[in-house]
Amino acid sequence: MVELVQGWLLRPNFIAFVILFLWGLYITVTHHNLLKKLIGLYLVQTSVIFFLVTTSAKDGATVPILMSGETAIQPDAYVNPLPHVLTLTAIVVQVATLGVSLALVAGIYRKYGSLDEDEVLKKLK
Amino acid sequence: MTYSFELPLLILLILTAGGAIVVKDLLSSVLILGSYSFFLALVWAWLGAVDVAFVEAVVGAGLATVFFVITLFGIDPRDTLIRRTPPPIAAVVSLLLLGLLLLYAANDLAAFGDSASPASTHVSPFYLENSLADTRTPNVVTAILMDYRALDTLMETVVIFTAGLVCWLLLRRDAK
Amino acid sequence: MIESRHESVIVRRLSRRLIPLVQIFALYILFFGQYNPGGGFVGGVMLGTSLILGILVFGPTDPLTVVTKRIAETDGVGLMIFAAVGGLCLIGGGQFLNYAELEIPGLAAPSRRSLGIILTQIGVAVDIAVTAVSIVFSLSVMSGNGDSHG
Repeated sequence: MVELVQGWLLRPNFIAFVILFLWGLYITVTHHNLLKKLIGLYLVQTSVIFFLVTTSAKDGATVPILMSGETAIQPDAYVNPLPHVLTLTAIVVQVATLGVSLALVAGIYRKYGSLDEDEVLKKLK
Repeated sequence: MTYSFELPLLILLILTAGGAIVVKDLLSSVLILGSYSFFLALVWAWLGAVDVAFVEAVVGAGLATVFFVITLFGIDPRDTLIRRTPPPIAAVVSLLLLGLLLLYAANDLAAFGDSASPASTHVSPFYLENSLADTRTPNVVTAILMDYRALDTLMETVVIFTAGLVCWLLLRRDAK
Repeated sequence: MIESRHESVIVRRLSRRLIPLVQIFALYILFFGQYNPGGGFVGGVMLGTSLILGILVFGPTDPLTVVTKRIAETDGVGLMIFAAVGGLCLIGGGQFLNYAELEIPGLAAPSRRSLGIILTQIGVAVDIAVTAVSIVFSLSVMSGNGDSHG
């Protein structure tokens, strides 16, 4: 039990990721307003990307831009660049799908006149 | 990697995310979400991920906020107020159990900042050592994104193009 | 939302000077993406943002908005540029998107790969800029003022 708590204290980024992920998921699942669900989904996506980036950090390392003129490059002196590549793609795709989901919400509002999930479901019947 | 600068940033991050959720008006909630993106970009710049921080600051705090606000402008102000209902017990309990499960597995992750973690020793030393000689590009992230893994970037460009097309088809069919 | 010119003369004059500045900075970030942090994605989003500022401040009848509407209709050009660079590598004798096989005389393999990287970055930037502007046009049509487009 003590090692568990010590492990948590050594990883503050992971605790922040868990809090943001669960809170965003709760908002997405339980709120009635459609736009609020989209805000919760945005929090879930950015928290997962945050977790991916923290696996790439190294103690005492610098940004992954090589200084030319060196003969031998030490991989330990640079931060791991692979998770950065994955997260770059993920962030841009996230904003593109945000645009599409906002277009869907706008279409629903234009047709049914309400952003509340229960009212839209009532009008569908 | 000292914690003295990072802990206040993480606390501010959680506070702004909580503010974006708790506030009752949708327009204020969206603008607080923009400031949450800025704090996230600061945390990533502190961790050494400068390319990612750049993209998040421009895309998250710029483009996403613009999309949200333009959508909110077409909505009647009566519909943007949030109704509060009592939280369902099943959702709260199951999410708390999920959180405990995630925290229980925290000890098996590699220590924060470890250079010998499996994520940093398998493929990425190859990219760090050879990208300058192979492609004459000091920025390793750009070299990986556009040269070694160019097919993924091509598919991402297709996804972005499709998203623009879908928005056009959804919303402009009646206007012409 | 794109109803009329903004009333305040301060906002109009400031935007008229700010938009070219943002575009030059976006081009700098795009072309120096190999030596500094940046690259195709950020440059493209900044280009798109400068055009969005123009159409929001100056209204639907300004020449800037008319030109931006034409730009937003060229939706697939960035994707074509990216795929064309890959196709040129096929013609040169290699695999798809293997820039070392581009047929340019007088350049060694690392320089060819560097050239391939900058061409595909331009393609990605054009694609993202046009998509951002197109999504803003689509989202603003539903605000009730959209029947004057076309």
